[in-house]
Amino acid sequence: MIEISNLEKSFNGNQVLKGISCTLETGKCNLLLGGSGTGKSVLLSCIVGLMKPDMGSITFDGTVYTNSKVEIRQEIRRKIGMLFQGSALFDSMTVAKNVEFPLQMLTPDMSPEERRDRVEFCLKRVGLENAGNKMPSEISGGMKKRVGIARAIAPNCTYLFCDEPNSGLDPATSIKIDELIYEITHEYNITTAIITHDMNSVVGIGDHIIFLHQGKKLWDGDKEHILNADVPELREFIFSSSLVRAAKRVEEEDGPQGLEHLAHEPLSEL
Amino acid sequence: MFKVFGSFVLFLYNMVSRTERLKVLWNRFFEEAILIGVNSIFIVGIVSAFIGAVTCIQIAYNLTNPLIPKSTIGYMVREMTILELAPTITSIVLAGKVGSAIAGGLGTMRITEQISALEVMGINSTSYLVLPRILAAMLMFPLLVILSMALSILGGYLAGTLSGVMAPQDYIEGIRTDFIPYNILFALIKAVVFAFLVSGISAYKGFYTEGGALEVGAASTSAVTNSIIAILLADYVLAAVLL
Repeated sequence: MIEISNLEKSFNGNQVLKGISCTLETGKCNLLLGGSGTGKSVLLSCIVGLMKPDMGSITFDGTVYTNSKVEIRQEIRRKIGMLFQGSALFDSMTVAKNVEFPLQMLTPDMSPEERRDRVEFCLKRVGLENAGNKMPSEISGGMKKRVGIARAIAPNCTYLFCDEPNSGLDPATSIKIDELIYEITHEYNITTAIITHDMNSVVGIGDHIIFLHQGKKLWDGDKEHILNADVPELREFIFSSSLVRAAKRVEEEDGPQGLEHLAHEPLSEL
Repeated sequence: MFKVFGSFVLFLYNMVSRTERLKVLWNRFFEEAILIGVNSIFIVGIVSAFIGAVTCIQIAYNLTNPLIPKSTIGYMVREMTILELAPTITSIVLAGKVGSAIAGGLGTMRITEQISALEVMGINSTSYLVLPRILAAMLMFPLLVILSMALSILGGYLAGTLSGVMAPQDYIEGIRTDFIPYNILFALIKAVVFAFLVSGISAYKGFYTEGGALEVGAASTSAVTNSIIAILLADYVLAAVLL
């Protein structure tokens, strides 16, 4: 579990995070939801240690991360896996070498055979068992995201952070990536935080949703309760999403039956 | 100016304050030594041979006094090559080739979040990415300068003898006259200092790139320009202090 308390961050007098307090729960997909410029990425950067908050504290399973000794921060960082928006694969390495890299750097006691087995396992887990010898430039955007996930989970991470895992992907691939993250989170009981502004992800994998608006946390809860949330900014965000607009159009054209039919239609037939 | 210098010193301090395992750095060092050194042999060889040849021809063109022996041409080619042309021109050439590659490579890694990926893993990115580059440059620049000296003097010999400006024995006599071994040491010290400046400045410029592809190009250009200025300043200071 990651506990964030009263986090503040400013850039040149512009306050981006305004006292955010929330909890990222273990074994759940914690979605950081909000529009562009609401501070989601800055919050994630503070949590993973790429930025230092001006105020507040971040605690990883009881260990305070902010302002602690370098050794403690390093120890926590080694338990973190991260999927970047652009995947951030190392261009000069093959897919397999990318996945092996954190093992080489973080687990020097591991034998080459053990490393190879772990790489094979991770690539198989994300469905890329035959892509190990390819270079990042030779694979698609969706495959890059999968490699990024494989690299993140390779050293048995306890915390998984995903920065807009669906950006630049087609809807079908987005759903597959979401499902993969969801499965991995529940299979290994890890704490996952996902930055998103995609309502498909909210509906699909939102175990715990934290809604940010203008640097503040306005609401948190699960996907079952998000539609009933009494927060005007959240309702405006939800009803401006393309998913809801599409549903409204179906309802207008075909009535409530059309919407009911759409909800039960198998994905392949849509 | 002082802020940039302070930031550069902090950058170097971070690089050495918490280094990665020796085995990792050793492997990275060899990778970089090949990229910086071996891959630069061709351009350094071509530039050096032609500079030696042109120097020889131009000195011969200016030495019209029949009282000055022809061997003076060989002597002057050697002195100019060892003291100035080989270390300085080679380092300027390498600032263009190696400096831009270092700045461009690190800049691209920065904007594609590869450096952030290293940092999230708990890896000291400056130690992993920059330290091997600087150490490899400090080893390979002097070796390339030695190669440059040899090829430059050989270029002068070929140009002088094949064009009929002077006899081979005059050139050989000239390059053996009043040889001061310290000059070689001086040239190698210059090469090590220039290597540190080129690789350090280029890595700094690349590492702190912000923005997109346009900024990566700007960082490379800035790295080369600043490296060349630093080389010329250091060249003067070293000549004043060590000669």
